[in-house]
Amino acid sequence: MYKKILLATDGSEHSIRAASHAIEIAQVKNGSIDIVYVVDGNTSKSDVLHGIDKYEVKKEREEKFKPIRTKIKEAGISCETHFLHGEPGPSIVEFANDNQYDLVVVGSRGLNKLQTMILGSVSHKILKRVECPVLVVK
Amino acid sequence: MNIAKKIKYEWFGNVRGDVLAGIVVALALIPEAIAFSIIAGVDPMVGLYASFCIAVVIAFIGGRPGMISGATGAMALLMITLVADHGLEYLLAATILTGIIQVLFGVFKLASIIKFVPRSVMVGFVNALAIMIFTSQLQHFEGESWIMYSMVALTLAIIYIFPRITKAIPSTLVAIVVVTVIAVFAGLGIRTVGDLGNISSQLPIFMIPNIPLSFETLAIIFPYSLALAIVGLLESLLTANIVDDMTDTESNKNKESRGQGIANIVTGFFGGMAGCAMIGQSVINVKSGGNGRLSSLVAGVFLMFLIIALGGIVVQIPMAALAGVMIMVAISTFDWSSLRNIHKIPRTDAIVMIATVITVVVTHDLSKGVLLGVLLSAIFFAAKISKVKVTHISSVDNSKKIYKVHGQIFFASVNDLVEKFNFNEPIKQVEIDLTNAHLWDDSAIGALDKIEMKFEQNHVKVKYIGLNAESRLLKRKIGGLSKASGH
Repeated sequence: MYKKILLATDGSEHSIRAASHAIEIAQVKNGSIDIVYVVDGNTSKSDVLHGIDKYEVKKEREEKFKPIRTKIKEAGISCETHFLHGEPGPSIVEFANDNQYDLVVVGSRGLNKLQTMILGSVSHKILKRVECPVLVVK
Repeated sequence: MNIAKKIKYEWFGNVRGDVLAGIVVALALIPEAIAFSIIAGVDPMVGLYASFCIAVVIAFIGGRPGMISGATGAMALLMITLVADHGLEYLLAATILTGIIQVLFGVFKLASIIKFVPRSVMVGFVNALAIMIFTSQLQHFEGESWIMYSMVALTLAIIYIFPRITKAIPSTLVAIVVVTVIAVFAGLGIRTVGDLGNISSQLPIFMIPNIPLSFETLAIIFPYSLALAIVGLLESLLTANIVDDMTDTESNKNKESRGQGIANIVTGFFGGMAGCAMIGQSVINVKSGGNGRLSSLVAGVFLMFLIIALGGIVVQIPMAALAGVMIMVAISTFDWSSLRNIHKIPRTDAIVMIATVITVVVTHDLSKGVLLGVLLSAIFFAAKISKVKVTHISSVDNSKKIYKVHGQIFFASVNDLVEKFNFNEPIKQVEIDLTNAHLWDDSAIGALDKIEMKFEQNHVKVKYIGLNAESRLLKRKIGGLSKASGH
């Protein structure tokens, strides 16, 4: 149980906090952590606009997860990074279910009801529709 | 066999997704095509025909399946003065010429010129475009009542809040329907699309623009066509890159340039204005599940079907609703991250971006902004790499001096270089170490010759060491020429 952990992240502070919880669990259970990041339409647009070419864009995206990756690697845990394209919620749900993870760890921005209504809550969607247990880190 | 497979995949690999997304895009295209026509100063039909023709033609011959093209704001903004001064027929001719120029770009594989446009210029381009679309709407607010203002506000509120309920129907369409229904049934008497132009329920027909085929005509339309061709390709290739990234697939940029050109030629002959790929619509298409050629075809055909079936209703859309949609388009076109990060990026990049925006806003011409931005970037780049460093050491008995040159030696850096040598020292020999330097052009060789000559006038011998292979070749080819010619 909890050997194959999926860490859904956007490179933000919340997701770094979520990472440390994922590491704790992986260490106890001797498991592995896969990082997943979803590039949505608007992110594509601004990344391509600011990037010189697609290699540059890819490099910059990978750079974003370096702190989290090093943190996981330093803890002696094997780690892979996956980039998905589409809407964050559904993409993560599909990926987690298809690849049969034991646990999904996700950070929460801690939005109130109004913010959730306007901005939408990715962690809420994951919680509702992923088949395995989900750890939402506040 | 392989090609047949590829064609089959590009057309029918995703039928359900493409048809549904195409319908969504068609619904979102209508208000934009009408609003862009009004910006350009032509009848709404001109923009609608353009979006229909371009979307259909691109479906067959574009290089980036899943990308949506049609009448766009960037292109409409370039046409305003041409339409105002010379009328629709000249616009149609200019559209055809734009297409011809773009086909040439594609044939000569010039699509890669987009890499000479620095990203700060691209950011400036989209920001300027957003500002221009926004300011083009201000005229609709002049002398209007609070009823019109509140209808614009209602449109925007629906556009931004409705997606929280469902994303299946485009929120712009919902906003337009709601606002139109309110305006019609409450009898608000605010201005509508019908007040600004006609909607005819007719398919576009082939016709040759009614203009004199003379050199004067060419002189009038060519500057517009060139600007349209460049801006169209710039936005199309940027959009293609975005769709590439969103779908994690590759596309053929030269084929896309050619396709855009042919689409514009066809559009011009069928009474439509020049267009290009649309970032916003392409993002909507991919998000709605479209990624094949069928999506663009469905979008074009369904758009025309709606206009023929519902033309009578479309003229009743209040301008307030369209202004609201255009404000949304402006907000989503603007690259807000560039404002947030403006203090973080290199200052020269920020200057280039702002200069591009200001040029466009002042001249109302996107191509001029891009041109100035590229020139300015080139100058900044040349200034940045033209900094040469020269260090020197003297031998123990002070008879010999070694100069070490670091940097790029070319036309912009040679003045600095020559000044860094001291020619009046009582020494016998000078060694110039070029291990960390690169000679780039005629000016570089000329500068070295000049240095050598000045030393020789004082009877100092000059020796070069550490030239890299390329520099040595250049020096051998043109070295001594400037000296021999008596400089």
